[in-house]
Amino acid sequence: MPSHPQLAAEFIQDKDRAHWHDQSLWFVRSKRDKAAQQLPEWELLREQASQIKQHTVSRLPDLLEEFERNATARGVHVHWARNATEHNEIVHGILKKHNVSRVVKSKSMLTEECHLNPYLERHGIEIIDTDLGERIVQMQNMPPSHIVMPAIHIKKEEIGELFHEKLGTEKGATDPQYLTEAARQHLRQKFIQAEAGITGVNFAIAETGGFVVCTNEGNADLGTSLNKLHIACMGIEKLIPRAGDLSVFLRLLARSATGQPITTYSSHFHGPAPGQEMHIVLLDNGRSEISGSDEFRRSLNCIRCAACMNTCPVYRRSGGYSYSNTVPGPIGSILGPARDPKANSTLPFACSLCGSCTDVCPVKIDLHHQLLTWRKEIRVKGFLPFSKRLSMKMMSWMMQVPRLYKLGGKMARWIVPKLPRFLLYNRLNDWGKQRELPEFPKQSFREWMKQNHDKQ
Amino acid sequence: MAPKVGLFIPCYVDQLFPQVGIATLKILEHFGVKVDYPESQTCCGQPMANTGCTNEVGPLAKRFVDIFKPYDAVVCPSGSCVSMVTHHYDEYFQNDADYENLKGKTYEFTDYLTSVLGVKQFSGRFPHKVGLHQSCHGLRELRLASSSEVVGEPFGNARALLESIEGVEITQLQRPDECCGFGGTFSVAEEAVSCMMGEDRVHDHEQAGTEVLTALDMSCLMHLNGIIRRQNKPIRVMHISEIFAECL
Ligand code: SF4
Repeated sequence: MPSHPQLAAEFIQDKDRAHWHDQSLWFVRSKRDKAAQQLPEWELLREQASQIKQHTVSRLPDLLEEFERNATARGVHVHWARNATEHNEIVHGILKKHNVSRVVKSKSMLTEECHLNPYLERHGIEIIDTDLGERIVQMQNMPPSHIVMPAIHIKKEEIGELFHEKLGTEKGATDPQYLTEAARQHLRQKFIQAEAGITGVNFAIAETGGFVVCTNEGNADLGTSLNKLHIACMGIEKLIPRAGDLSVFLRLLARSATGQPITTYSSHFHGPAPGQEMHIVLLDNGRSEISGSDEFRRSLNCIRCAACMNTCPVYRRSGGYSYSNTVPGPIGSILGPARDPKANSTLPFACSLCGSCTDVCPVKIDLHHQLLTWRKEIRVKGFLPFSKRLSMKMMSWMMQVPRLYKLGGKMARWIVPKLPRFLLYNRLNDWGKQRELPEFPKQSFREWMKQNHDKQ
Repeated sequence: MAPKVGLFIPCYVDQLFPQVGIATLKILEHFGVKVDYPESQTCCGQPMANTGCTNEVGPLAKRFVDIFKPYDAVVCPSGSCVSMVTHHYDEYFQNDADYENLKGKTYEFTDYLTSVLGVKQFSGRFPHKVGLHQSCHGLRELRLASSSEVVGEPFGNARALLESIEGVEITQLQRPDECCGFGGTFSVAEEAVSCMMGEDRVHDHEQAGTEVLTALDMSCLMHLNGIIRRQNKPIRVMHISEIFAECL
């Protein structure tokens, strides 16, 4: 798999696009700041949310059983999937039983994680993403590049081109309103033709057996109320204990995600309507393993608001695809290696350790510390490149012997200023591609101390 | 008796930016602190730790504690190195009284000036538009100033000290505390992102009219100055201790 630095460098080659991407996301981050600042109790809410989630994760098996009991009592069919394959098979099985060949889906990152779309398409089922952004990337045959704004990396001119090709809009049209209207007409057809609706789950409530889906376009409602079959797919960490906890999370989620006080639609599902059938698929896919790890357990607190991505200076400049992982950005760089440390070994290093993600996270996940912990794991598992390991070994060794350190410094300060530019600035010197080296002084601080200070 | 301070000068400051060490020393002595510079110090191990090479950090962490334990306080003109010692050494020590003790008395330089010595202002003049780069570790690990993500009253002693200097005008940035992109080995491993981040920081300061760019960390400044010099921008880079030293 290509490494993060490589894909990031490719993205940045188009400087204008990288700037535009950075600025679009910074705009969202600024909106989030304003929305958070309006609540004097913001930090209290974060603390509450964090504690509720920590409690949930520590009692996950019990709470999941409670949820299953209560949901079943409400007439919901509950399924358990250990991994992505099982998840897809379960969903496919339900659809097959109902002879469904057309499905509409409201945004769900979980089904992205499981690659449900290609799976169902292989089995002859049409599955249409109904969130506008998701639909755009689906038409491009690409995954989302962001978990809340899946098409944030695509410019409106490109959408115009795409819609011209796929939906027959006028060539060269870029007016967002016109394009959105075209997409709406197209999606309306799909909604009407569909025989089943799939949604994600933002919060499932153990106490009631119900669940909540948050969208801004109302597509979860449309997709599920127009037809008789609703399948909800959720990761087991989406649970909260009580209905009363919901208020804490609903207040945090939208503000953190987009700076809105609340998402436009928070749809509550508590069992099927008469004549309908409702299924919920609970997916583990490595989550229970994470819940068993002291270091990374807190990453399961995540409510997928994407604030850590929007604030991350690396994500903003390298784009979602540079992470080669369904969830990009800081939280993705923790979850990715948890699933496959070898393939994702560069992700924990795609971080300057600025800590902004940790401060922005509404459920107080110590993201940058977990990234640092992942770096150790990568080293222990043997996925750190040899060159890095060696240079750190040598550096440590030299630093343990002050005489060597002094000599090394002295030599460098003597030699470097005498070297011609081409020897200093070449392919091997990544520092010097776009930066000057510091001007090497004649004397180190310790030499100065000896000569000027200690003599006094 | 005056407290005895152990001066902790990070390896790269010692070798590349002696003027920062000299300025720090001068200011501490000006305020009557008895400063000692233990000559056997080298590196706190941060580069190795940030690369995940903890085996290589252990011996350096132990050396560090041995060298600095005799002092009443340890002072260092670099937030990120202080954060390494106070926030990331735990795993190398189990119930070690020396380390526990050291952790509580290791200070970033401006923090020591303001919260221990109670310095409120400098008497000199520095008639410049100063851009303060809020280094991330000082901000989000040591909490030396408020960060823009957290809701609460704004604070920041270093900024207040700078503002107290006659003639200093602190420039207003569009992104007050975004990372400069240095990040230790990140600056090389993720060269493209690192440099774009640095360029954006420089640009933000440029549009704000910064004449002198300063920070509590020389590492951020080394990176930013590398970009400024390559692009011939008219911004002068000074560590905050150098500005203070000019105002004595
Ligand atoms: S880690 Fe925190 S900030 Fe990032 S998506 Fe999850 S909840 Fe949001």
